[in-house]
Amino acid sequence: MIVDFTIIAIKAFLVVFMVLNLAGILGWVERKGSALIQDRIGANRASIFGFAGMGLVNTLIADPLKFLTKEDFIPPAGDKFLHTLAPCMALFPALVTFAVIPFGDVLQWGDRLINLQVANINIGILYVFAMASLGVYGIVIGAWASNNKFSLLGGVRGSAQMISYEVAMGLSVVGILMVYGTLELQEIARGQGMLLREFLPESWGGARAAIGWLPAWGVFLQPVAFLLFFTAAVAETKRVPFDLPEGESEIVAGYHVEYSGGKFLMFFAGEFAEIVTAAGLVTTLFFGGWQVPYLLSDGFHFPWGSVLLMPHWLIVLMQVGAFTLKVLFFCWLQILLRWSVPRFRYDQVMRLGWKMLLPLALLNVLITALIIIAVE
Amino acid sequence: MTLPILFFYFIAALLVLASLVVVFKRNVVHNAIALVAALFLIAILFFTLHAPMVGVLQVLVYAGAIMVLFLFVIMFLNPTALERPRALGWGFGTVLASLLAGLLMAVMNHSETPADPLVATEIFGSPETLAKSLFTEFVLPFEIASVLLLVAIVGAVVLAKREH
Amino acid sequence: MALVPLNYYLILSAVIFSIGVIGVLVRRNLIVVLMSIELMLNAVNLTFIAFSRYLGAMAGQVTVFFVMAVAAAEAVIGLAIIISVFRHRQSLDPQEMQLLKW
Repeated sequence: MIVDFTIIAIKAFLVVFMVLNLAGILGWVERKGSALIQDRIGANRASIFGFAGMGLVNTLIADPLKFLTKEDFIPPAGDKFLHTLAPCMALFPALVTFAVIPFGDVLQWGDRLINLQVANINIGILYVFAMASLGVYGIVIGAWASNNKFSLLGGVRGSAQMISYEVAMGLSVVGILMVYGTLELQEIARGQGMLLREFLPESWGGARAAIGWLPAWGVFLQPVAFLLFFTAAVAETKRVPFDLPEGESEIVAGYHVEYSGGKFLMFFAGEFAEIVTAAGLVTTLFFGGWQVPYLLSDGFHFPWGSVLLMPHWLIVLMQVGAFTLKVLFFCWLQILLRWSVPRFRYDQVMRLGWKMLLPLALLNVLITALIIIAVE
Repeated sequence: MTLPILFFYFIAALLVLASLVVVFKRNVVHNAIALVAALFLIAILFFTLHAPMVGVLQVLVYAGAIMVLFLFVIMFLNPTALERPRALGWGFGTVLASLLAGLLMAVMNHSETPADPLVATEIFGSPETLAKSLFTEFVLPFEIASVLLLVAIVGAVVLAKREH
Repeated sequence: MALVPLNYYLILSAVIFSIGVIGVLVRRNLIVVLMSIELMLNAVNLTFIAFSRYLGAMAGQVTVFFVMAVAAAEAVIGLAIIISVFRHRQSLDPQEMQLLKW
């Protein structure tokens, strides 16, 4: 009993530790990456004994120190309690969503099988959507408590955008749920270990031979859903191209404007943690999660027949490593997206969410259902 | 005093506190936030009662969407005027509600607690079981509920539209 | 693991329901009245789920599902009504909505 509890506590600590650290490192990647893209040097002034570490010292040491030691200013006419509560409500969903994302298969330790996922609940992905819907409150309350018209405008825009894209996000996942037949994320990740030829019927001989050797990842079975989900997830996190709520050049800083110091750091960290969460979700649902192609629980089983057996710890290590690599790739992709694409106007954002993503998601559900019926 | 009972007392205390804040605090936004907290706590109670699907729907729909709507309307209408309590109002209402509470508790305390019939399996309250009930036994209310939601959407748009 | 007795949940629901009733009777802000109604609905939901658990019947949870859908519809319409009333009377005080009183 105590051992069970300790194992869960260790897993939870690992996950939160990794997410927060990754959030910090992504801040650095963003600054230096954007500098590279924009052909400038970026932050490199802060240094310890002359070692500036390509801006690492600046972003990871100097900036947090600056944020934490700034004066905590609450607008005099604003709501004190809500002003302090808002960053907490923005950071909370970003961290707890990672509790259901599996970062590996089962780890065998002695005679104990440890499921490499903090909480394996039977509602799986609905928990993620529930926490995402709670993320709206950070924006709404932060905007209201600042007693500032720009802030309120940014907050209302932000929350309207978030609730619009929640719908599209949820519907785009329904196709994946139908294909893998379960709500639990660990089962979805496991289901992507099969090869595509298991999913295609016998009668499609040619197609089976041509692409049946691919692993049955979500992106191959539901490509449209992947695009819809990725777009909706980026819109949920209010990153460019959907960042009009915090539009840096348009409405000062939107709902961030009255926040300084530690509270702004919480908003900031929450946004980067949401990037990590969105990347984790895309990985788990569409790119096989911790699956390495052709790696089963005892070794590699290549489609051309040869088998390569491997020890258990190496397999687990490769699976966790694969998960980390995929998450890092999608984080990097979102950062690249920020600095490559111009910002949407607000009515364009709303039109995209309701008039394009939602009908496409519904159509995707319908077509997936028809195909599943036809195949069986 | 076992762990489940202690946990229940803790959540129940927070829930009663949140409800009192909803009803008795004068700041509308604080009332709304307290209601969000109350709904979240009720969802936690649902989880302890082997109803994970309904619990997560509570967070998703009630706490995550309906209350956001409330907050939108509050921010839109911006009610800043302080409400004046009636002289007779607070006492009368509280006495009446306390009588109601007493009556309900008296009735409910006399009901016998049935022995736990549940095999407490994993599947009770899971999405599959709920969906099975919903699409076989209760499919007519389900369809009617979807028509009801459609009517509500159209009605809300019509009611809240600005007249030209 | 000992079970929490059913009575505890029922008494908690009764208390929350009564607090909601106080809210409806006493508060002079239409939005808070609507929020108190939501509180009452949730107290009833809790009762349903508690009974569903202790009787082993899924019907309670399905009922709560429908109560949630109906509550959502009702909150939406109620808020739309409040908005249009506010537009005409510039007030959210139920005491002032007395036009139909004879």
